[in-house]
Amino acid sequence: MQISFTLNGRPTTVDVEPATHVAELLREQLNLTGTHIGCDTSQCGACVVHLDGLPVKSCTLLAPALDGATLLTVEGLQGAPGSNRMHPMQEAFREHHGLQCGFCTPGMLMTAVALATEKPALTEADVRHGLEGNICRCTGYQNIVVSVLAGAAAMNAAKGE
Amino acid sequence: MGNVIGIGASPKRKEDQRFLTGRGNYVSDIKRPGMAAGVFVRSPHGHAKLRGIDKSAALAAPGVIAVLTGDDVADDGLGSLPCGWGITDAKGVPMKEPPFPMLAQDKVRFVGDMVAFVIAETSDQANAAAELLTVDYEVLPSVVGVLEAVRPGAPQLFDDVPNNICCDWELGDKAAVETAFRKAAHVAKLSLVNNRLIGNPMEPRAAIAEYEPGTDRFTLWTTSQFPHVVRFLMGALVLNIPQHKLRVVAPDVGGGFGVKQFHYGEEAVITWAAKRVMRPIKWVASRSEGYVSDRHGRDHVTEAELALDETGKFLAFRVKTLANMGGYLSTFGPNIPTNLYGPLLGGVYTTPAIYCNVKVVFTNTVPVDAYRGAGRPEATFVLERIVDVAASEMGLDRVEIRRRNMIPKEGYPYQTPVLVQYDSGDPVGCLDGALVAADVKNFGIRKSESARKGKFRGLGYSTYVEACGLAPSRFAGRLGARGGLYESATVRVHPTGQVTVMIGTHNHGQGHETTFAQIVSEKLGVSFENVDIVFGDTDRVQFGMGTYGSRSLVVGGAALSKATDKVVAKGKKIAAHLLEAAEVDIQFEAGKFSVAGTDRTKTFEEIAGAAYVPHNYPLEVLEPGLEEQAYYDPVNFTYPGGCHIAEVEVDPETGTVTLVNYTAVDDVGTVINPMIVEGQLHGGIVQGVGQALFENAVYDEGSGQLLSGSLMDYCMPRADHMPMMKVATHSTLCTHTPMGVKGCGEVGTIGSPAAVINAVVDALSHLGVTHVDMPATPNRIWRLLQNASLPVAAE
Repeated sequence: MQISFTLNGRPTTVDVEPATHVAELLREQLNLTGTHIGCDTSQCGACVVHLDGLPVKSCTLLAPALDGATLLTVEGLQGAPGSNRMHPMQEAFREHHGLQCGFCTPGMLMTAVALATEKPALTEADVRHGLEGNICRCTGYQNIVVSVLAGAAAMNAAKGE
Repeated sequence: MGNVIGIGASPKRKEDQRFLTGRGNYVSDIKRPGMAAGVFVRSPHGHAKLRGIDKSAALAAPGVIAVLTGDDVADDGLGSLPCGWGITDAKGVPMKEPPFPMLAQDKVRFVGDMVAFVIAETSDQANAAAELLTVDYEVLPSVVGVLEAVRPGAPQLFDDVPNNICCDWELGDKAAVETAFRKAAHVAKLSLVNNRLIGNPMEPRAAIAEYEPGTDRFTLWTTSQFPHVVRFLMGALVLNIPQHKLRVVAPDVGGGFGVKQFHYGEEAVITWAAKRVMRPIKWVASRSEGYVSDRHGRDHVTEAELALDETGKFLAFRVKTLANMGGYLSTFGPNIPTNLYGPLLGGVYTTPAIYCNVKVVFTNTVPVDAYRGAGRPEATFVLERIVDVAASEMGLDRVEIRRRNMIPKEGYPYQTPVLVQYDSGDPVGCLDGALVAADVKNFGIRKSESARKGKFRGLGYSTYVEACGLAPSRFAGRLGARGGLYESATVRVHPTGQVTVMIGTHNHGQGHETTFAQIVSEKLGVSFENVDIVFGDTDRVQFGMGTYGSRSLVVGGAALSKATDKVVAKGKKIAAHLLEAAEVDIQFEAGKFSVAGTDRTKTFEEIAGAAYVPHNYPLEVLEPGLEEQAYYDPVNFTYPGGCHIAEVEVDPETGTVTLVNYTAVDDVGTVINPMIVEGQLHGGIVQGVGQALFENAVYDEGSGQLLSGSLMDYCMPRADHMPMMKVATHSTLCTHTPMGVKGCGEVGTIGSPAAVINAVVDALSHLGVTHVDMPATPNRIWRLLQNASLPVAAE
């Protein structure tokens, strides 16, 4: 079937088997391999993307659900399209060593941006609770939590400007 | 000279840009023209005879290209998966080493054992065809636990391995230990289980193989921590592919923790199959598939006894362990519970006599091999637990008994009674630092506050030492290693002075691209931005043993340091010619070659340019070019150590253990990048906390089914399980590595399980609890409380 949606700010139309999940569509058909698949039980969160502004696990979302919707992946997270500027949350992860192997990172970033958008004044407990659906095996979470708090603060500061 | 960022600085990581923007290059991201998809058909039984496989329906399914089984492997006369270590028993008899076929032949020995490989145009088609494969199994009883496996009458995995015992290994002076026990004022005894773990790197394993008929070359892309070792083991020992015709690439790899440091059957099957079908083939494991095929870790049952004199001094330590090997010997399998376990039983203490006996046992479970720490967390757990038991039984303070037995700083180098000689350390310094950082003196106040909320609060200590930086090849060879354990690095200086390093270690989260660039920046005085690190490709990197055992900086960094020294030495020769001075008068400092006592200098870039444009160059005595290679084989292991203190709160109503404070003071030698070291400590600690509180791989005895086979059943630590940890380093320098480094990748995982469990036992000690097995889940604690000798209600 043919579906049309906005992908990282650009209108996109694709032919897709209805049983394809969104992570697979992104990775296999659209060559956007930043969205990762780390499990088969919707536990790990490596595949989190934003559907109409809300974080969803793209491994359990079927492609037809995208029709008419707006999708944001990690590739679309940075500043202006084509620019090398990173999103404040990406900058915060780099600054605070919030990643090691990088595999969970795209999902962490997408969840983190959604958390910061939803609640401007995040606490450490908010962040830890909010990241329950994202597993990281490398960092022990500490620097991720620090990064999310710093990234959220930077997002707020940017909004205030 | 430009922007030198050297040893001790914390620049942001070079590798982060691609990971943060979704531009990493993991195996599953790679596509090859004409690529087909492969799936493995795996045994659903723990133990069964393979009576026959009917391929016909699967072969007839849409899109199917081929179905390969163990018979096809046998027809092609291919080898079995090799074990990299051959250990022997006390009498020198070699371990039992049954073959490990890359696809099962005659029998399957664990749930997940591979019986067939189905190749189709798409992964959906391959999966559908796999369902149509008819495998005729004669199901046999399974045995999954080590205690059960060695009992008379237990199911036997191999006809020629009586009682399923691979090797009855021992270490130490048994007679001296017995004598010491006879003189002891007190003997503490402890039986414990070291729970089985599944490593769970977030990236599932994957592989792509391709055969080019025009050049007769194979390429394997694989999620590996050691591509050169895969090339050697698979090419030379399994598939008979000449080394120069086989390229193994391990690009970005999403975490390893040991799980990806073995040569897996999947790699051999897919490479062999790529030539058979003349198509590139891709296989990506699902998480569930990983659970039944990634090598597991730990799984010991142990009885330990510690002999003490009346003052609490340790006289002797005796340990008997049954170690689970699973259904076959994996690459490092038998080395882990023996050579990486027994020699660490001395810990940071002066125990004069130690004896260790390990029975290495086959069972119908996934093969067991190294998982972060590998043998050393198990040794530390036994030792640090029994020290607490002894302190409690003798009425001694837990800190005091440790202090009384610690090797003093001036006691190094220290020869243990179990092979290894520690070169440096300061256990007392680490302990004192941790006591302050953990605010132990105010623990009583915090415990009272918890009690007011109806919670039991406990404090747990663990000290540890580990042997890492694997390894001195001669030493390893005596212990049964079948390969060397050196490392190599090439420093290629370009005509413009920028530098590319080719190194045999593998970066999968440890930040090597940054740390190694700092070493080069410091040693050559070049800009940090002007150094790139290449790894993970046998066509680009000369050779290497890969990354595991906290060895990358210790062994690989040393090779890199040596190679930069050679670059400087050659640069001095060139500079001497250009500056018309004697070579002995040339100094190199901060990126400049100069004639001592003069202002005549040449920059590093000028020397590099002269090396490649040798118009004015000592061609009669020196080759053009500026590229140097070094191999480094360490003279000893390194011995990081430290002290960890955990503080927990137990809710008696639910049995839930909450980790409320965690403090670690670790001696990792010279710290190149403090930010990265801290990250390694955090991650390591949480993996150890996972073992102590959450993680457990559970098999059903009899059927051999893995009951904890998904992230729904196997509890991984999450962000809200952890408090903010306090980590610090208290470094003594390694005396034999070029930069004084000791390694830091595993220390967190080694120190933490005992600290956490000692804290849980402390919290419950007023109820008569003396030991809690891992993981200390709410269910286990709640049951313990129901059976405790005193009422459950908090004070």
